[in-house]
Amino acid sequence: MKVEGKRLIWNDYQKEIAGDNYFYVRSCVRQNFFPGAEKTFLRYMKELGKDVFENPSHTTCSGIGYHSDIVPFETAMTMVARQFALMTEAGYRNFVTSCITSFGLYSEVLETWHHFPEIEEKIRVHLKNATGREFVKPENLAHASDVTFKLRKEISDAGKYRLVNHVTGAPIRVVEHIGCHYSRMFPSKGVGGAEYPYVLVGMIEEWGGEVIDYPERRHCCGFGFRQYLVKANRGYSISASKKKFDSMKPYKPELILTNCPGCPMFLDRWQYAISEMEGTTYGEGGQGIPVVTYEELAGLLLGYDPWDLGLQVHQVPVEPLLDKIGIPYDPEKKFLDKEGNSMGQPKSPTHLKFY
Amino acid sequence: MPDFGYTITKDRQLDHDHGDFRYISLVRSFEPSLDLCIGCGSCSASCSAAGFTDFNIRKLHTIIRRGEVESVKTELKKCMFCGKCQLVCPRGVNLRNLIMAMNRAIELLG
Repeated sequence: MKVEGKRLIWNDYQKEIAGDNYFYVRSCVRQNFFPGAEKTFLRYMKELGKDVFENPSHTTCSGIGYHSDIVPFETAMTMVARQFALMTEAGYRNFVTSCITSFGLYSEVLETWHHFPEIEEKIRVHLKNATGREFVKPENLAHASDVTFKLRKEISDAGKYRLVNHVTGAPIRVVEHIGCHYSRMFPSKGVGGAEYPYVLVGMIEEWGGEVIDYPERRHCCGFGFRQYLVKANRGYSISASKKKFDSMKPYKPELILTNCPGCPMFLDRWQYAISEMEGTTYGEGGQGIPVVTYEELAGLLLGYDPWDLGLQVHQVPVEPLLDKIGIPYDPEKKFLDKEGNSMGQPKSPTHLKFY
Repeated sequence: MPDFGYTITKDRQLDHDHGDFRYISLVRSFEPSLDLCIGCGSCSASCSAAGFTDFNIRKLHTIIRRGEVESVKTELKKCMFCGKCQLVCPRGVNLRNLIMAMNRAIELLG
């Protein structure tokens, strides 16, 4: 990847990220898609000595409904106001979201209120009438990948492994994929802006990997809400992902790193669906390209057990990546739960190599 | 293959690395007035064959410019050579000869 021009752009888009004392809000869908990711974030934040608070009574931000044209913007703003009220009541001022769409929605709401204070006042009245709550707007809004980006050196220093092939010493070749709602709506809110976001690139570089540039790098993963939520529309979704896979395949990526709920889900699951539909696989020797979130990758490099990270629920097996980095794992424990009981093993795919 | 209830759509992105541009070069040499075309679509709007089939002469020369010739080969047979397209063309493109030129290019190049 040629980075000279990109570094100039990255310099223009530096955002302030709070250093500690975060109020954390989870995603409504990530815990089903990649159940260990958010827990892993909380685990390494605690180990790095950071204060992260979450209130179990927080709800969806309603972004998924808003972007599916189901939830009106006024309702979404009132939901967001309630999350801010929970933060205010807990005594925090730094708001951190797990979800990219939530981050986009919170940014959109704050920007709307900035330009139209009368709307903010109206929402304050709505919230007061509905819940009796009041709120102070966050001093700092960040996505959890921003926070991980800020702590990338600490994670690297505390890590047991590097993002390199432990046999050859070559850096692992990584494709990074940024969720659309991270910085495309508000480039100034994302590290590195919209064209060449630096948030994941920074982690990959710091942790020893090599970033791969490819023609469809900024193409959407295909989630697109309405493209997926209606089954008949899913052809749009899978075709968008296929376009990305076809474009990246010649560059032989060994890993796809993401920071969104939808992107890892679809870049992972669609590799299976494409292999079943067309017999096409995108990794070496019938394997897929493993897809992980930045939390899972940080967890792996910090030496957490891959099965504690929930990597066994990925559709594309991650074992080739673990073997390359030299991370030990017990295949016998892959489908056992915490108590050692079998969770059941999924049916093997027809074409995609399964472990 | 399992029935997923949806299918993969074929990519319609134009890739000029894979287009066959030999045809348009020949067609241009046979009928240079093609370069006068402004793509207004009057030819297609007045087309007699288009009244009975899905023949679309503007689409044809757009496709051949893109280096995609497979669909042109069968489409060309639908032209009735009535010449109305040529009469209405505001730029004076010799459209009947253009059809002939496309046929000749396909004959020569296969």
